[in-house]
Amino acid sequence: MRPRTAVLAGAVALVLAGCGTPGGEAADGDVTGTVTVFAAASLTATFDRIGRDFEAAHPGSTVVFNFAGSSALATQITAGAPADVFASAAPQHLEAVTTADGTPAVFVRNQLVIAVAAGNPEGVRSLNDLARPGLKVALCAEQVPCGAAARGALDAAGVALTPVTLEADVRGALAKVRLGEVDAALVYRTDTRAATPDVAAVEFPESAQAINDYPIAVLADAPNPTAAHAFVAHVRSTQSRAVLTEAGFQAP
Amino acid sequence: MTLTEHPVRGPVGSRRPRGAPRRGGGVPIALLLPALLGLAFLTLPLIGLLARTPWSTLPQRLAEPGVLAALRLSLLTATLATLLCLLLGVPLAWLLARVEFPGRRLVRALVTVPLVLPPVVGGVALLLVFGRRGLIGGWLDQTFGITLPFTTTGVVFAEAFVAMPFLVIAVEGALRGADRRYEEAAATLGAGRWTTFTHVTVPLVGPGLAAGAVLCWARALGEFGATITFAGNYPGRTQTMPLAVYLALETDVEAAIVLSLILLVVSVVILAGLRDRWISTP
Repeated sequence: MRPRTAVLAGAVALVLAGCGTPGGEAADGDVTGTVTVFAAASLTATFDRIGRDFEAAHPGSTVVFNFAGSSALATQITAGAPADVFASAAPQHLEAVTTADGTPAVFVRNQLVIAVAAGNPEGVRSLNDLARPGLKVALCAEQVPCGAAARGALDAAGVALTPVTLEADVRGALAKVRLGEVDAALVYRTDTRAATPDVAAVEFPESAQAINDYPIAVLADAPNPTAAHAFVAHVRSTQSRAVLTEAGFQAP
Repeated sequence: MTLTEHPVRGPVGSRRPRGAPRRGGGVPIALLLPALLGLAFLTLPLIGLLARTPWSTLPQRLAEPGVLAALRLSLLTATLATLLCLLLGVPLAWLLARVEFPGRRLVRALVTVPLVLPPVVGGVALLLVFGRRGLIGGWLDQTFGITLPFTTTGVVFAEAFVAMPFLVIAVEGALRGADRRYEEAAATLGAGRWTTFTHVTVPLVGPGLAAGAVLCWARALGEFGATITFAGNYPGRTQTMPLAVYLALETDVEAAIVLSLILLVVSVVILAGLRDRWISTP
């Protein structure tokens, strides 16, 4: 009797896998071992928490993170880094790698805000204020997602400004605000949320023109595909949604 | 000394006995093998770069306006930083090598701090001193209206901070290794300490000084972390080649490789040219 049940179960699993349930909920029992997740640097705090929740829900599993700029992660994956899951801060970096199942899912979006020193001493109220003479502004370079988004927002608002620096990543721009070297910077809302109370955020309507989509996908060469699918499903669960929303991310 | 010994600019290789017959048998394998491994370890990444270089698009990439601006800025700031290091670093090295004072070992250790400090941290430290809210920078800003961050001067400061230890250590080593009897002889002949320094000490440590300056220049040329942290990144003003390479890497790996290669070729050509002229050992 027993061997036949095992064969039957295997056949059912095969059929299920063939049907392609990308959520992977059906294979919940097999979620063990290490899941290696490459994630954009802006996800550091939230994914650490989500990873701990995942490990609690799946005893015997371990989540290992590699946080860095999305393009650097894409380069590492293309060069053969053993990753299971890739969560990118921009779709084009996920397009650069080979994923397991077709179209990657956008799981959160991030919006730009104007970061200013706590208490907003310069009285910045809008994007237009950033073009004020004498005001020092840091932007991200256009090669990185936050810079491309900033360019989109400034173009949408018709604001021409000369920043004092084009930072290589969003943390650099935020650090310049924190140290008081610039009066304002365009960064993600999640970054200012993490930097309170040193930094305050000024929302502006044109940021709707510059929203960053964060896609997530299981990679084609994932060493642990079962656990990888389970992790992606977990990131998209209501429990993780609450963690992400609390950090300032928006639902897709 | 050797600094001024080459009035004749003959064909390359004419003054050094290249391919001179080996003495004392062959090279021991215990030295040769690790030496070749070391050479391979240092040069393989370079070969990796060359293998991925898009040679066909090289000329048009070179012609892009931002590239030349970044290259010019890199060469200018690295040279100015080296001059600043020579101006301040040689006297500092002399002080460490020739003058007994309490706490000399501590000072010597402090000089090497920028070597062990991650450059990004060095940049933050510079901001805390020379920044708008910094210890000295705040005063400079309010009194003279001078701000260093986000300026070309800021780039020179960041590069000099990171590169000066290389110069100081090289020159101090040369001074300690130099025969002090020449200086003592100059002193007995009536030369003051300053005259002795300029006419005896400096020529005596010429090769060490030149090697230190070259190390210093090369380190300044490749500087990234302290520069982007302290001086930011703005094309034409503070965007040096390493910064341009880093940003190109975000979107276009081939562009980054081309930029690295340009920086590499230019620096090797300059260093090789200087070496032939100044740093030949007897």
